Amino acid sequence: MSVTDSRTPPLDHEEAARARREQVLRIAKWTLPSLVMVLTLLGWHLYVTLWEVPHYILPGPLLVLDKLIEDWDLLWAATLTTGRLTLLALVFAILGGALLAVAFTQSKWIEMSFFPYAVILQVTPVVAIAPLLQIYLDSPFVAALLCAWIVAFFPILSNTTVGLKSTDRNLEDLYTIYGASRWQRLRYLAAPSALPYFLSGLKIAGGLALIGAVVAEFVIGRAGTGLGLASTLLEASYRFNFGRLYAALILISLMGVTIFAVMSLISHLALFRWHESALKKDG
Amino acid sequence: MTPFRQPLGQRPELLRMAQVEKTFHGGVIALRNMNLTVNEGDFISLLGPSGCGKSTALKLVTGLMQPTSGRIDWAGEDGAGEKGAGDLGVVFQEPTLMPWARVMDNVYLPFRIRGVPFAEVRDEVLEVLRLVGLEKFQRAFPRELSGGMKMRVSIARALVTKPRLILMDEPFAALDEITRFKLNNDLLALREKIGCTVIFVTHSVFESVFLSDRVVVMAARPGRVIEELTVDAPYPRSEAFRTSAEYARYCRLASNALHRATGEAA
Repeated sequence: MSVTDSRTPPLDHEEAARARREQVLRIAKWTLPSLVMVLTLLGWHLYVTLWEVPHYILPGPLLVLDKLIEDWDLLWAATLTTGRLTLLALVFAILGGALLAVAFTQSKWIEMSFFPYAVILQVTPVVAIAPLLQIYLDSPFVAALLCAWIVAFFPILSNTTVGLKSTDRNLEDLYTIYGASRWQRLRYLAAPSALPYFLSGLKIAGGLALIGAVVAEFVIGRAGTGLGLASTLLEASYRFNFGRLYAALILISLMGVTIFAVMSLISHLALFRWHESALKKDG
Repeated sequence: MTPFRQPLGQRPELLRMAQVEKTFHGGVIALRNMNLTVNEGDFISLLGPSGCGKSTALKLVTGLMQPTSGRIDWAGEDGAGEKGAGDLGVVFQEPTLMPWARVMDNVYLPFRIRGVPFAEVRDEVLEVLRLVGLEKFQRAFPRELSGGMKMRVSIARALVTKPRLILMDEPFAALDEITRFKLNNDLLALREKIGCTVIFVTHSVFESVFLSDRVVVMAARPGRVIEELTVDAPYPRSEAFRTSAEYARYCRLASNALHRATGEAA
């Protein structure tokens, strides 16, 4: 058979098996987690009904679903509240983290002076800082926002700083030879080099902003944030309304998943054409 | 008549390095008493073992590094020795492309830094891509290209501003031999078309003799020039030159000089 033959040659056994295996894996990637989910729900339901577990200890999945529908207006409003707090914190984390990172990389002095404090802010548990924020800041909303921001901004700061410093040495030299200004270096060389690092920081920060918002709602409470999902959850637990508690928990968890999915999508769209991390394995 | 078609002795002077020395922090003498006159149209190879200061010499010419003593003067500028941003093109050992930018945007870079809008230089960018045989890949990203093609983009970027001098720092050292031979031929073909002046750093005797009309042999510890060899074979040089007795003779001369260089250093 000549090389230029246009017919697809028949696959040998090994290649056919490999193709089959890849197809099975593609399907399993979606079906297996779905199956686990169904079995878990079923097990949960059976456990609650067969052992007659009282609803104030563990509500069954059907009761949770009932509550989710029954309390939908309240829960949806709470979702919007928590979502707004989370997104605002994330936006400020992106602005603050990226700007600080630029400042750190433009001036060694600024970095040396302030980086240790960024670390201290990061390693101190936010639960311990939140009550202070509540005392010193007049607006509880600002206190809650600051609380979520503190948690979210550090991964963006540290990743972007590393990214801005990870430019190719020879490209740096080339920019010097061509007489590039500081701004041109930042805009055309450092910023694109830092983009993959920034985006992986963003993925972490998205999750942390939600954690920060939840902690803020727990500690600072409805005074500051309105009735968000976390304060709804806390209140439901005081009232032994475990159906609503589980419904709120599921919504928080869904929100986290959504944030992660959106951040992953943004990252993929920004990088898929040129960055190694976005390459398909079969290249 | 373009300078590179004139005999070696009759070309106008472009750059003069006089008693240039570079001592690194810590006392290592990277370069001792280097004297080199570069004339317009020259294709000069700096040939030597690693540590002989050939890359240091290039960095001094780019101005990325200042000489400890001695002078580097550019012709036609009253000895002030200052060069404009358009006077140099540089090709490194790695292609050194920006992975996030398309081929045409990588080649456009020198103009972008000078603040020239793309629309004004589109023709120059496409022309130089055509010269290196990559006009079909202008919209590709670097990762879609082979090693040899990336190096062509890098060369196109160095040529696009029509610089007075092109510096190449072991540009083909990381490529396989077949690709390297191809790029050597193409580089000479490019020079036939645009008549550029080149300083080419290499540690390959064969490459230096094939490409250049002047081979500057250097020795290490301390880095210094020990011999200059004129390769008086006419351009254009083809594959036939690679197998000629003349080529073999020049290679032997360069090789002997290199042996003396490394012998002294040992």
